[in-house]
Amino acid sequence: MLAKFDRGFAQWIAVIIVTLIFVVAQKEWGWLSKYPEGWIIPLDDALNAILDWLVGNLGWFFLGISWLLDWPIKGVRWALNSLPWAVSVFLVTLIAQAASGWRLAVFALLSTLYMVVIGYWEESMNSLSLLAISVPLAILVGFSFGVLGFFSRRAERAIMPMLDILQTVPAFAYLLLILTLFGFGTVVGLIASVLYSFPPMVRNTIVGLRGVSDEIIESGIMSGATPAQLFWQVRVPSSLRQLLLGVNQATMASLSMVIIASIIGGTADIGWEVLSTIRKAQFGESLLAGLVIALMAMIIDRVTSGFAARSGEYDPTEKSFARRHRYWIAAIIGTVLFFALAEFVNVLEEWPREMEFSPAGALNDGLTYLIVNFRTEIETIKTLSLFFVMLPTKIGLQMAVSPFTWGFAMTPAHAAAYAFGMIAIAAFCTAKWNWRIGIFILLFAIFFYIGLTNMPWPAVVLVYSVAGWRIGGYRLGIGTALGFGFMAATGIWHEAMLSIYLCGIAVIISFAIGASIGIWAAHNDTVSAIMRPINDTLQTMPLFVILIPFVMIYKIGEFTALLAIIAYAFVPAVRYSEHGLRNLPENVIEAARMMGSTKWQMLWQVKVPLALPVMMLGLNQTIMYGIAMLVIAALVGTKGLEQVVYVGLSDGNFGHGFVAGIGMAIIAIIADRMTQAWSGKRQVELGLA
Amino acid sequence: MKRNSSDTKKVKLSCRNVWKVYGAHPDQFLKDSKDRFQDPAKLAEAIRESGQIVANANVSFDVHVGETFVIMGLSGSGKSTIVRCLSRLVEPTAGEILLDGDDLLKKSEKELIEIRRHKMGMVFQNFGLLPHLNVIDNIAFPLKLQGRDESERYSQAERVIKLVGLQGRESNFPKELSGGQQQRVGIARSLAVEPDVWFLDEPFSALDPLIRKQMQNEFLRIQSVLHKSIVFITHDFHEALRIADRMAIMRDGEVVQIGRPVDLILNPADGYVRDFTSDVPWEGVLRAADIAEQPQGPVDGLERIPGDTLIENMLRQLADHEEGVVVEGEDGSVLGIATARGVVAALASGSSDAPEAAKRYS
Ligand SMILES: Nc1ncnc2c1ncn2[C@@H]1O[C@H](COP(=O)(O)OP(=O)(O)OP(=O)(O)O)[C@@H](O)[C@H]1O
Ligand SMILES: [Mg+2]
Repeated sequence: MLAKFDRGFAQWIAVIIVTLIFVVAQKEWGWLSKYPEGWIIPLDDALNAILDWLVGNLGWFFLGISWLLDWPIKGVRWALNSLPWAVSVFLVTLIAQAASGWRLAVFALLSTLYMVVIGYWEESMNSLSLLAISVPLAILVGFSFGVLGFFSRRAERAIMPMLDILQTVPAFAYLLLILTLFGFGTVVGLIASVLYSFPPMVRNTIVGLRGVSDEIIESGIMSGATPAQLFWQVRVPSSLRQLLLGVNQATMASLSMVIIASIIGGTADIGWEVLSTIRKAQFGESLLAGLVIALMAMIIDRVTSGFAARSGEYDPTEKSFARRHRYWIAAIIGTVLFFALAEFVNVLEEWPREMEFSPAGALNDGLTYLIVNFRTEIETIKTLSLFFVMLPTKIGLQMAVSPFTWGFAMTPAHAAAYAFGMIAIAAFCTAKWNWRIGIFILLFAIFFYIGLTNMPWPAVVLVYSVAGWRIGGYRLGIGTALGFGFMAATGIWHEAMLSIYLCGIAVIISFAIGASIGIWAAHNDTVSAIMRPINDTLQTMPLFVILIPFVMIYKIGEFTALLAIIAYAFVPAVRYSEHGLRNLPENVIEAARMMGSTKWQMLWQVKVPLALPVMMLGLNQTIMYGIAMLVIAALVGTKGLEQVVYVGLSDGNFGHGFVAGIGMAIIAIIADRMTQAWSGKRQVELGLA
Repeated sequence: MKRNSSDTKKVKLSCRNVWKVYGAHPDQFLKDSKDRFQDPAKLAEAIRESGQIVANANVSFDVHVGETFVIMGLSGSGKSTIVRCLSRLVEPTAGEILLDGDDLLKKSEKELIEIRRHKMGMVFQNFGLLPHLNVIDNIAFPLKLQGRDESERYSQAERVIKLVGLQGRESNFPKELSGGQQQRVGIARSLAVEPDVWFLDEPFSALDPLIRKQMQNEFLRIQSVLHKSIVFITHDFHEALRIADRMAIMRDGEVVQIGRPVDLILNPADGYVRDFTSDVPWEGVLRAADIAEQPQGPVDGLERIPGDTLIENMLRQLADHEEGVVVEGEDGSVLGIATARGVVAALASGSSDAPEAAKRYS
């Protein structure tokens, strides 16, 4: 019995005791409960000063780049806008056909026709023209850095943290920087989108180039390849599939940033259309425009991944010149044909305003009807979640429980019962499973009683750092301490706790929902088949669009944000759980079956424990998705770091927003490292790695 | 090509006292150690104790022109490393590699590329084909790197495609081929530049037994036409038996024994070598000359058989002639006399794992 406890148990008990001491002592010592103003390092002022210096001294340089980049954007924009829509629709359909066959072609045709008929053609083309420049740039930059990282481990060590930061600092935090340096205009969107979308290309390039087998390289050398030939004719083509995967990811990231960047306005693109209609509470319109973005995203995703999957595919039949080049021939003939047609039939050139068909009004009416008729249900869901989940997590049971919310006041007797109850549960779990679960329950009980925002900040730093240390070694422990220390020292502690609170609840709920669906889908092919397109759609959906339906029903507020985050973040939990459960070692399952385990025993005692490392990676992704959505959720009035970032952008206070942005990046990176480390450790323990 | 007296032939490729050490300070021990030549085993031990890996320790052997030289050994014994040293895919830590008498280790990167383009070919265990090129482009790839024009490339590639029997598969991609077919592509590619020296690193190990046998026959056929100087790696003694003119056995990076396969069977240097040879059917390996004894009396009037007759093929005669048969050399000279009793004794010593008895006959 005692053998189950090791030094870790004693350490955690010590942590709990210190935490309790801090909790009690914070009434006496104010600096425990609130990080003293006087200790705050004014990092935001320093950042603003740097920015001023940059603008003052190097402004001409950035403006020059901006001027240079503006030309190709204008050119593409002009070209796409002056092309008759019929020609563009034809070309998109043809590309879809070439990438993945007639199904995608039909989908692309209907989608583009929708954009025309609904009256968002020009806006769509404006977004697309930005994409047409940013994607090649991102690929070029990403491939170059990838090659650099591939050849030099030292360069790789420098590049990787840079990528982490670029992918985790919210775009809103550096949009203002770009805006100030490069000036107002479409270039801002372009640069933001390149910055955000080249990292996946770097990662895929390095993985791809490294992944080429030694034998292929040796066979290239023995064939007499010079170093340059070896790289371009052996290594690069052998990793083509991975490179194209990078292109796909870079394109999707680029699109999402093009949409987000339209928040600065003046772009007349489809992202702006969504945003401005949301702000005017024209939900029907914003839904229709959001659908355009979703359709664009899906087409682009399927086309690029279609080409990636087809690379290396081969049709052995001998073909004539015309058949081999059939797509190019079709493209030329079709373009000429539709151009000529558009000359005579004006409708093909530009879809007339009066023929636009927009069901926005009807949508709005339907929504109003829904809200009026289901008011009680809608309100009840919200109130219940607020009173029993969100408030206690935020301010603790000690304050959340009141006659108004729970129907009774928190008396010492209640508190004692709570304490004993939780200790009993913890003891029970320790006896039944292991002490880690018991410790977790005790910590949870304390946090839930005091509330995340009312916890003494040193206690929070302590608990997270020790967790980091125990899970990922002393480096992660120190890193976590420094990260949380940064948030205290720069005066963003309170907002950081609010972000963790909201995102934390959302992640737990998302993971619970997602993992359950994933487990179900792993055992039921029908569920799996139903979930796959839903997952695909949600994953390619730009974040703004996911916000729309929830804003429509619940207006602004934390609850809306919570729902939007869940809707986006449960997807990876489904994916990874299903994947983990479906790819277990067959012999273990068979052995368990031979031992006569029931279905439930099999699931809970064999499959889930074995799949847990992979499911943890799902949790990792759930957290990352959650944080990404949290950033956007600032639009609906949350109160955490994301709001500071957003306000920094709209108030023109770069330093303030950027510090908060770094805070969010820190939270994301710590969460990422902890879940990765845990999953890795577990895989090694299970002998799966 | 079997049993030609290759000892008298010219040396094509040789490696002398080659060491390969993987670790933090590979040449720390090798720089000026006396043990390097005198007691390599001791030196290897010392290097291993320092936490480094000794992949090759003092390896020396010659490969003669037109000979198939087989290297055998357990997994991790350093076989792949030594061929990679020979082709300089891996840089030896110490030693010399001589190709046509020239030290390969002194060549510049540029000269090496030229040598690989014209004098060397290599076949890999897992084929090492380029996934994005079809069969003919894979085979013509070395020629493309040399900048030859397309028609020349393809006509040369067609020639080797015929040689390996892959006609009609030119436009298939590697993943559309079976393992055996893929290795044919690998063989064809390595032969496309008409190399003098041909390296094969366990070329048939990834194939199933039936295909392996078939590929060995194919290999023998090709070699009977081309007469390359070959270094062939395998861990299958039966494979070595079929194709080797001479072979080396390696253990822990060192060469334990070099000789004709039959020498290794009859005179294993130690238990390690014997373990490799023990399950070989002796009647399929031993020949009349190997078991011939000094005749006790006159040999006139006895039946005569050539010295290279396999024992399994002379059982009939032995049964018919109790007094034995005369074994004669290629030039008609009398090598000795073979008797049923002698054959049985030789086979018995083989199956009882006591080759000392057999030594008498060799
Ligand atoms: N790049 C390397 N770095 C470190 N050690 C290596 C490296 N390459 C080979 N070794 C080690 O050198 C030793 C010899 O390896 P080698 O590949 O030559 O063996 P092998 O005889 O070809 O074995 P197999 O039959 O498994 O192919 C092994 O212990 C191996 O682990
Ligand atoms: Mg090997």
